[in-house]
Amino acid sequence: MSLDKEDVRRVAFLARIRVPEDALAPVAQELNNIIDWVEQLAEVDTDGVEPITGVTALTAPMRKDQVTDAGYPNRVVGNAPDRVEDFYAVPKVVD
Amino acid sequence: MTASKLNELTIADARGGLAAGDFSAVDLTQACLDAAEAGRDLNAFITLTPDIALERARASDARRKAGNAAGSLDGIPVAVKDLFCTDGVLTTAASHILDGFHPAYESTVTQNLMDAGAVMIGKTNLDEFAMGSSNMTSFYGPVKNPWVGANGEDLVPGGSSGGSVTAVAARICPAATGTDTGGSIRQPASLCGVVGMKPTYGRCSRWGIVAFASSLDQAGPFARTVRDAAILLGGMAGHDPKDSTSAPIDVPGFEAAITGDIRGLRVGIPAEYTMDGMPAEIQALWDQGAQWLKNQGAEIKPVSLPHTKYALPAYYIVAPAEASSNLARYDGVRYGLRVDGDNLDDMYANTRGEGFGAEVRRRVLIGTYVLSAGYYDAYYMKAQKVRTRILEDFTKAFEDVDVLLSPTAPNAAFPIGAKMDDPIAMYLNDVFTVPANLAGLPGISVPAGLDKDGLPLGLQLVGRPFDEATLFRAADALERAAGFSALPKYLGGQG
Amino acid sequence: MMGYIIRGDTDDWEVIIGLEVHAQVTSNAKLFSGSPTAFGAAPNSQVSLVDAAMPGMLPVINEYCVEQAVRTGLGLNAQINKHSVFERKNYFYADLPQGYQISQYLHPVVGEGTVTVDLDDGSSRDIGIERLHMEQDAGKSIHDMDPSRTFIDLNRAGTCLMEIVTKPDIRSPEEAGEFVRKLRSILRYLGTCDGNMEEGSIRADVNVSVRPVGEEGYRTRTEVKNVNSVRFIMQAVEIEARRQVEVHESGGTVVQETRLMDPDRGETRPMRAKEFSHDYRYFPDPDLLPLELTDAFIEGIRATLPELPDAKKKRYVDALGLSARDAAVLVADRESADYFEAVAKGRDAKKAANWVTNELFGALNKAGHGIADSPVSADALGKLLDLMDGGTISGKIAKDVFDIMLAEGGDPEKIVEDKGLKQITDTGAIEAAVDKIIADNPAQADDVRGGNDKAIGWFVGQVMKATGGKANPGVVNQFLLEKLKG
Ligand SMILES: [Mg+2]
Ligand SMILES: [Zn+2]
Repeated sequence: MSLDKEDVRRVAFLARIRVPEDALAPVAQELNNIIDWVEQLAEVDTDGVEPITGVTALTAPMRKDQVTDAGYPNRVVGNAPDRVEDFYAVPKVVD
Repeated sequence: MTASKLNELTIADARGGLAAGDFSAVDLTQACLDAAEAGRDLNAFITLTPDIALERARASDARRKAGNAAGSLDGIPVAVKDLFCTDGVLTTAASHILDGFHPAYESTVTQNLMDAGAVMIGKTNLDEFAMGSSNMTSFYGPVKNPWVGANGEDLVPGGSSGGSVTAVAARICPAATGTDTGGSIRQPASLCGVVGMKPTYGRCSRWGIVAFASSLDQAGPFARTVRDAAILLGGMAGHDPKDSTSAPIDVPGFEAAITGDIRGLRVGIPAEYTMDGMPAEIQALWDQGAQWLKNQGAEIKPVSLPHTKYALPAYYIVAPAEASSNLARYDGVRYGLRVDGDNLDDMYANTRGEGFGAEVRRRVLIGTYVLSAGYYDAYYMKAQKVRTRILEDFTKAFEDVDVLLSPTAPNAAFPIGAKMDDPIAMYLNDVFTVPANLAGLPGISVPAGLDKDGLPLGLQLVGRPFDEATLFRAADALERAAGFSALPKYLGGQG
Repeated sequence: MMGYIIRGDTDDWEVIIGLEVHAQVTSNAKLFSGSPTAFGAAPNSQVSLVDAAMPGMLPVINEYCVEQAVRTGLGLNAQINKHSVFERKNYFYADLPQGYQISQYLHPVVGEGTVTVDLDDGSSRDIGIERLHMEQDAGKSIHDMDPSRTFIDLNRAGTCLMEIVTKPDIRSPEEAGEFVRKLRSILRYLGTCDGNMEEGSIRADVNVSVRPVGEEGYRTRTEVKNVNSVRFIMQAVEIEARRQVEVHESGGTVVQETRLMDPDRGETRPMRAKEFSHDYRYFPDPDLLPLELTDAFIEGIRATLPELPDAKKKRYVDALGLSARDAAVLVADRESADYFEAVAKGRDAKKAANWVTNELFGALNKAGHGIADSPVSADALGKLLDLMDGGTISGKIAKDVFDIMLAEGGDPEKIVEDKGLKQITDTGAIEAAVDKIIADNPAQADDVRGGNDKAIGWFVGQVMKATGGKANPGVVNQFLLEKLKG
């Protein structure tokens, strides 16, 4: 399975990373080198093997239903590139 | 006091000197801050925190005066990898995208160290988001290895914890924190001639550490001796209810585990770690290491880890996949860099396109691809199954042996700029360290010798889950036998 | 039962509907953080560093949210999965701080179940539940505060939602509406969701497709997103089904897409959907281990389940002898059922049901009140029934007293006392009144004696009037018969 320019365009959109038109082909090449290399995994017999889940602990711990946090909007929006009062602000969203 | 300068002391010696009142924590801290200044051109630090350091040093001296020093780490200067969020202190992950980010919180590990009285002197340089094996991908520029090449050329310290390892190797401070996702503590330790340990996954809390690959990331210590590494890990580790993957297991006395007695210890030599193309001197050092342990009463056994060669490719599916999701939060909305655009999607693409460097962009794209519709089973699912195989290999091996011995890295330090055009060649640096991350096992690198160019080489020991104690005991034996005493060119930052 | 059919120009069409209902779980704290869930707080004041997806922040599961999901599963007669997994659903949106939603995908905590809905024609239908899973809610985007920017408030981000997915078993707008009403009622009985649709506690994605009557298999469906009232859900089905029929009959093809409902225009329109924007790249969240539930955990919850509407209704009919209709009305929501059971306790259940469903509900509906703010407490209504049974007041007087209670509240006994409404059972006084009426009306008396029994009714009326309605009608009758027919 090797990527072409369209795949890179699609993946770059999904990842929201700007890849200039003229870079699509070289990036596709870079990614293919790596993809071709990792495809050696196909050699491994994994029939009936479960994918790994948690290498040490086995089950998720749980917290009690208690309010222990929040109430500090300043710490929440304090680092925001664009802040209006205690809101984050982003370019207008349609829909 | 053998060492001439306070910043060259080990933790153990400094502990003694502080207890005896030979010097104060402020003296010790000031010496380290001066060394850091003198070593500016190593580029080991992204941010120095002298004010915080001296304030905490004074507090430590006050505690000691009042007769309630916190313990081994009270007053000990420590450098912190700039992947740990530190309250009110710029935290960058060496990425442009975190420009100006000042966390309003302290990571659990650095909080633990603070509670133990340790003194943070600054935030160290690293590969961007810990993605690299040379520290070349940092937005803040490469770090110089305190050791130089045969012809005086500048070398990489390894990575991703390049700044932390350099601070310790150059005797700027006795110890530093690192993180290890595929070898980011052990490989640089090997390339810089210091001790570096990755504990068992779950031993140190990940809360407040900028995430790279959640199922692999683990914090650990850099130090110049195995004993110091044990002391520092003791201060970092512990169960944290804020991290669901943190192990609810007590932290044993790691330093006390160093008994000097390894009689009857069963040491496994994994056949598959013998790679063609590996320098003969590394093979020789490996054999030598086995001999050193044998001489001290250990039993050497060949073992097989059949899936070793698949660890690296599996890692380069799992780590980028998790990273592609973990790094989605860097979107220009809540913190860090924003590059404007005509609409929300443009703003995202511009911000992430400019904010991430080439290697991070490459891994996020790979990770997005291997998770995308139609490829998930062939890549991500397959890799997670291969991980199970690799874990089975280790589990089986540990039925017969207590620790595994191997080289830490397939090569010594290489010149700054090398391998940058060949990602896979760079990835191969972690061929011996990655398997322990995939299986969550503890590993430690001990400086064991020099190559033909006089550059340090390390040996790695890997142990059972949560059996760091045995690892420290074996590493100490290796350390004593190796008697590694060579010094880098840059000492105390000067060279 | 003949279902809902759309008569097109060329065909008769049936509608296939599946619902994805998002119900906000009732809990103090969020699903993965310790911040509060209360509605309507100041912007970003209920947001923790975890909710804001600060670097290095990690989720820890709220045990009570898991209990609530399991409780709901049990209430839907559904399979509880002891092993379930939280996965990441990856996509970028301004009010999704992590860049992914933690949800459940391949291994939801609850599997297949059933909800029975009762329809107006008296029939009932079983709607299959496909699954129930837990997930995080997103924040809120505010578009109308600034001309060029959208503002983000993350207070709701991370609140626990249950997504309840039905099988494509629903066949009409009515069934869709009744399903949501019934589901809401069950959730409120269970206490797992407050069901407050105005505050968005329940939102539904409505999946609709149509096919000619008799055709096998399903045609392409569309999904109308985030519909937040029963009325709009029914409307969305009607509008979207009719639209699809027109597309099919005009030779067009229905495209699989998500659409938005515009209630004012009475139409649905496609969401501005980016190309390949629907590749969510689900994978198990490496920050969270799989959720493993023990039998003890599940049985502990089962043991505390309340009696649910279907079981209650059956008991009201079988054990209390109520009509199916009264029973249905009474169990429709938990408060009404509780009220009725308080009134009926130790009394004639049928009479209690009549008063609650007719007098009380009638009056409340007129006043636009809910059972919660009824001016007449269950206790007071019970006392009123007791006064009737004890013969202290007649049924007619009881209605007068009830009106007073509605208007002014108060204790029925005291009202009867103060207004002197006690029934006269002193036969002497009644006999005197009867004698007087007969004496004053000799003509009507002869008429009765002549055999016109109907005229007795007239005398009863006169006596009651003379005694202000307080005379016991039975006693009055007795005397009249003695004196006129005896
Ligand atoms: Mg949906
Ligand atoms: Zn959902």
